[in-house]
Amino acid sequence: MTDISTRFLDYAPAPESTSILHLRDSYGLFINGEFTSGHGETFQTISPATEKKIADIASADAQDVDAAVAAARRAYERTWSKLSGADRGKYLFRIARLVQERARELAVAESLDNGKPIKETRDVDIPLVAAWFFYYAGWADKLDYAGLGPNPASLGVAAQVIPWNFPLLMLAWKIAPALAAGNTVVIKPAETTPLTALLFAEILQQADLPAGVVNIITGAGDTGALLVNHPDVNKVAFTGSTAVGRAIARSTAGSGKKLTLELGGKAANIVFDDAPIDQAIEGIVNGIFFNQGHVCCAGSRLLVQENVHDEVVDRLKQRLTTLRLGDPLDKNTDIGAINSREQLDRIRELSNVGDEEGATRWTAPCEIPAKGFWFAPTIFTGVSTSHRIAREEVFGPVLSVLTFRTPVEAIAKANNTPYGLSAGIWSSNGSRVLAVADKLRAGVVWANTFNQFDPSSPFGGYKESGYGREGGRHGLAAYLESAGWGSQTTIAKGATA
Amino acid sequence: MSRIAVAKTYKLYIGGKFPRSESGRVYEVSTAKGAFLANAAKASRKDARDAVVAARAAVSGWSGASGYNRGQVLYRIAELLEGRRAQFVQEISQGEGVSSAVAERQVDAAIDVWVWYAGWADKYVQVAGNGNPVSGPYFNISTPEPTGVVAIIAPQESSLLGLVSVVAPALVSGNTVVVVASEAAPLSAISLAEVLATSDVPGGVVNVLTGSAAEIAPWLASHADVNAIDLAGAGDLAGDATWVDLQIAAAETLKRVLPPEVGVPAPSVERVTFFTETKTVWHTKGLL
Repeated sequence: MTDISTRFLDYAPAPESTSILHLRDSYGLFINGEFTSGHGETFQTISPATEKKIADIASADAQDVDAAVAAARRAYERTWSKLSGADRGKYLFRIARLVQERARELAVAESLDNGKPIKETRDVDIPLVAAWFFYYAGWADKLDYAGLGPNPASLGVAAQVIPWNFPLLMLAWKIAPALAAGNTVVIKPAETTPLTALLFAEILQQADLPAGVVNIITGAGDTGALLVNHPDVNKVAFTGSTAVGRAIARSTAGSGKKLTLELGGKAANIVFDDAPIDQAIEGIVNGIFFNQGHVCCAGSRLLVQENVHDEVVDRLKQRLTTLRLGDPLDKNTDIGAINSREQLDRIRELSNVGDEEGATRWTAPCEIPAKGFWFAPTIFTGVSTSHRIAREEVFGPVLSVLTFRTPVEAIAKANNTPYGLSAGIWSSNGSRVLAVADKLRAGVVWANTFNQFDPSSPFGGYKESGYGREGGRHGLAAYLESAGWGSQTTIAKGATA
Repeated sequence: MSRIAVAKTYKLYIGGKFPRSESGRVYEVSTAKGAFLANAAKASRKDARDAVVAARAAVSGWSGASGYNRGQVLYRIAELLEGRRAQFVQEISQGEGVSSAVAERQVDAAIDVWVWYAGWADKYVQVAGNGNPVSGPYFNISTPEPTGVVAIIAPQESSLLGLVSVVAPALVSGNTVVVVASEAAPLSAISLAEVLATSDVPGGVVNVLTGSAAEIAPWLASHADVNAIDLAGAGDLAGDATWVDLQIAAAETLKRVLPPEVGVPAPSVERVTFFTETKTVWHTKGLL
């Protein structure tokens, strides 16, 4: 362990004030434009950094899900589908502006409820939320240009279930394109991170969005199951684990519901010996330790060319020694809290398997706070492709390091996974970057960068990382009926008589 | 005295070869009026698995070819179909019990559909992909790529046009195919395989199984090395299994699933792009 006095730099605490928040003691369900009490058993949302309760949260049972879907259906038929695209767009622009106006408050609330550092919620999550609404607002009256044929039709009621790692950002990824395309929404935030979704409900009230266009219901997995299996929803969009994604694909089979799934990943981050080493080290850190590694596209498998392995690992350890773990609301914090005890247990369990399978563990020296859920940045070296820490999604600040000798070997190892969400390439050789990018079976490839997101850029997986894309023009296709299907060219007419 | 004709033995088409079913099974194919036409091979689970292995092995070559090259290779099929039109007209009119004129129209349409899809090979990327104006110093582009191995249950009616309308769009982007032909009228599928075998389409890119879709499809739907399944002709399977069971089996490996169609699917670029994956590549731009 490194003595604290030899640390890179010492910083005085600089916590963001929570006085900007005006939280209620308890929150109901947001159905048909109003907060109502739920019929399920109320639960608490806590701060994972302190384990202190933030608020009581209502839980939606079958009756509440019915009410939310019915409100969305009514709003779809009576209001939202009758509005012009330009008018839908104006509501979305309003929402984007309100998010910007209340950005600091949302950033503090997100950090408090999720445990991620304030510098991430302030500089990444919330600005992207506003950007997402702003981007899709402009699409609402331009759907003819989305590449789906003239006047593509909306689907109806969208059921959306989102995860806890980017609570408000995932809400924006789901709601913005759905509304721009003319659908109405029932969305369920994750059980451990409902807070910003409920603040967002207040924003919808301030935007005067017509009642029922967006309904926000809270609860655990069973509430989500009731929602996606509700017979009156036309579209299901889910972001979360591959296991749950599979269950949804099964339960919606034959229902005619349009389905998009953003599931797990085990991204390879490939570092060639001609990589710009300083940038690569920062990219590796950003790839796996951003948001405590609670990122489906995290660069959790580092593939390093053998001749630079020792240098890269040494520099990585040096860099990790300078990271500050602690209070998520402190502006100097790099690594916040693990989102829940359950997730912490999962990370510990898989890390222990890494030890048992013979990999070598190194943990960054840092003080772990007495309360809350924490896991120090960890690297496993000597990992082989068959190890569970190289195959299963840890969803935590744990990096597995593997080596390769040739580009062909790197590609083979990178693709040796049932997942296919993202990948990274570090090399100064442009033609090598493009050749490797061509061969990687992943929906997003970052070359000499990592974990970049933008509302104009499609995001989504190959293989068991799910299907459909979010973001960009492609993201609209998930919420529209393409006019192209069944459009008859003159070729085959009369031939089937 | 009239000449004794030489009858053809109809076999499977797997990996560029024409094997019998490893099970040794055949089933009788007859005219609409019930006269014997041929004993078609009745493919088994093992045949389906062999076909998937052949299809997987062919992915890298076929998807690695340029769009221009794939387009020409596919166009060549249309040329060969045109030369064999009499054979297809005869098989269709016998197998489906339609007049020669109706069979001719089906062959015309099948050839024209094939040409239409062949022309997409070097264009669909431009239509389905685009650059993205991200707010940062990055080059960012989204392009569609083939999803991999596509299993197809061909329409049960319209034995040639139905088959062409599902196989051609999957091939355009560089996928390889395992197709289960129309059960009642499989002969033109095997004749199409003969066309493919004498063309420049590499062995394994298209694999044709004849037999019971109800028996074979569940193995394809649950196969871990199949990336997508087109249930075009699975709307009315024999026996207890339904297409919904196939979709449920496909969920285990999160396959892309196209639901059944009524009749012959219309030509559409969506059939091409459905079996693709959009890849988005970001690259940093340096400071000047």
